[in-house]
Amino acid sequence: MDATFFLNVTSGGLLTGLVYGLMALGLSVIFGVMRVVNFAHGDMMVLAMYTAFLLFTKLGIEPVPALPLVAGILFVFGYLLQRFLINRFLGVSEHIQFLLLLSIAIIITNVMMMVFGPDARSIQLDASFESYSIGPLVLDKVRVIAAVAAGGVALLLGAFFRYTTTGTAIRACADNPVGARVVGLDVENLYAVTFGIGAACVGAAGCLLVLLVDVHPNLSSDYTLLGFIIVILGGLGSLGGALLGGILVGLSEALSGALIEPSLKSMFSFGLLILVLLLRPHGILGKKP
Amino acid sequence: MSIATLLSDRRAVLLLGLLAVLVVAPLGAGDYLLSILITILLQAYLGMAWNVMMGFAGQFSLGHALYVGLGAYAGGALFVHFGTPPLIGAIAGMVISAAAGAVIGALGFRFKVMGVYFALLTIAFAEFTRILFDHWGWVNASSGLFLPVSNRVTNDVWMLRGSATMFYYVILGMAVLAFAFSRSLLRRRIGYYWQAIREDQDAADALGIDVFRLKMIAVIVSASMTSLGGLFIAFYNNNLYPESIFSMHRSIELMLGTIIGGIGTLFGPILGAAVLTVLGEGLTVAGNAIGIDGIKQIAYGICLLAILILKPGGLWPWLRHRLGLDGGGR
Repeated sequence: MDATFFLNVTSGGLLTGLVYGLMALGLSVIFGVMRVVNFAHGDMMVLAMYTAFLLFTKLGIEPVPALPLVAGILFVFGYLLQRFLINRFLGVSEHIQFLLLLSIAIIITNVMMMVFGPDARSIQLDASFESYSIGPLVLDKVRVIAAVAAGGVALLLGAFFRYTTTGTAIRACADNPVGARVVGLDVENLYAVTFGIGAACVGAAGCLLVLLVDVHPNLSSDYTLLGFIIVILGGLGSLGGALLGGILVGLSEALSGALIEPSLKSMFSFGLLILVLLLRPHGILGKKP
Repeated sequence: MSIATLLSDRRAVLLLGLLAVLVVAPLGAGDYLLSILITILLQAYLGMAWNVMMGFAGQFSLGHALYVGLGAYAGGALFVHFGTPPLIGAIAGMVISAAAGAVIGALGFRFKVMGVYFALLTIAFAEFTRILFDHWGWVNASSGLFLPVSNRVTNDVWMLRGSATMFYYVILGMAVLAFAFSRSLLRRRIGYYWQAIREDQDAADALGIDVFRLKMIAVIVSASMTSLGGLFIAFYNNNLYPESIFSMHRSIELMLGTIIGGIGTLFGPILGAAVLTVLGEGLTVAGNAIGIDGIKQIAYGICLLAILILKPGGLWPWLRHRLGLDGGGR
């Protein structure tokens, strides 16, 4: 176990973690504004991965250039879902919301199961086997591209919430829905836009992750759980927290996988989650509700 | 209560009628129908166990597969390794599950992990344990634990080895006991305390109710009841895989019937289990007839969605009203 190996595992985990963080960002935005826990998050993720896969195999568009397109498709999907279905269930008990999103998850996953079948599919690019080496450090090219793109999307999202009118209006809805309605904001529409943005984050993340892992419909519940772990670690509703949580989980997965036993890697993530829930119930960067 | 007053209570009459039908059902049922009835009763039993924690005390657990798995593995592993009778294994399973529930409850409630966060904490513990069992050699890790099947002809209730009919009466007995137990809990002081906490924890606290202690009791009671269901699964299926017994899918399946049937009600878990099992079986038959894989699950999801939109409070409160059974109680 030399230092170079350790360094390579760490950097690989860090880069994958950024993509995880982008996925969790969507979950965090949706929860932060609507207080809805999206139990269909992993299913939307797999939907995005298949969309990227289809665009590549049928139209020959590589996942990175296809990213805006997939994000756009997922945005429309999320917008419609919130507008016509989830908006009717805001403010009801948690278990009812849970069941609602679970039903949506069951439908999404099984439609994909029906269309694509249970086999794992993967995308092979020319860049898949290339890597950058910086001194002793060897970085997979696709991993670097994915991480840079994930970071870019996250920055864009942060700027959107801070500087645009729509972003400010959405933050107003999150802070005080009644007040937002009083000053004349179209809260239902803004909620739909928010869910669309959350879904678009997943779309972007799915596009990038399809470069790193094979996609099959049964991945969905794993990604839903992964998303939860990440946002709870970082703090539900905090954008920086989601990225930080993603990096932590990416690191923990890579290190426990390489140093201890690959099949134990998610146990360490869950252990990390339990620890953070008990020490800081609202996450590392989260605020008390 | 005299027989005359009992018969004047329509709810009691319907309940006894249902019980009578269930008692004689194996006489006329074939193997297939019997297996469906066992599934319904098992799901109803597990739903009632979950209902104590969520329906009565308002604590959302999404990780009840943990207690199913602990109960199943305690009974199963003791039986495989030492030939321990299931009744002893059941006690061991209940103690272990109660202890696990107590740890999760104590950590969650003391550290003020509430609502969705508490639900995610319960998932984390269940998944953590699943992976642990996947690597634990004594219970055969991920290759699975198999209970020896000696015969399916003679019935040995003490060792829980025998025919499907015997298992049917065992789970029927468990379901009846769980129903009676839930009913008595709701009518006691503790049931009212729980409902007070469920409706408004701060108000309950202000009234001097020991919220922490009562929530702990709810978790422990619910966990122990659930582990018995796990024991039944172990001896009925004769095989145990951490992948399936501890899975989140099981946690979800276990509470789905109760939410659909009507959370916090006594009869909701039973109605919900029946509706979902019959729906699942019906869709399997229909799906096979159409011949498209996966269509069953899609239709299942759409049905869940439809029930949720049309009857968000659950089917039983609505049906109870339609049957004119709203007379005060549940």
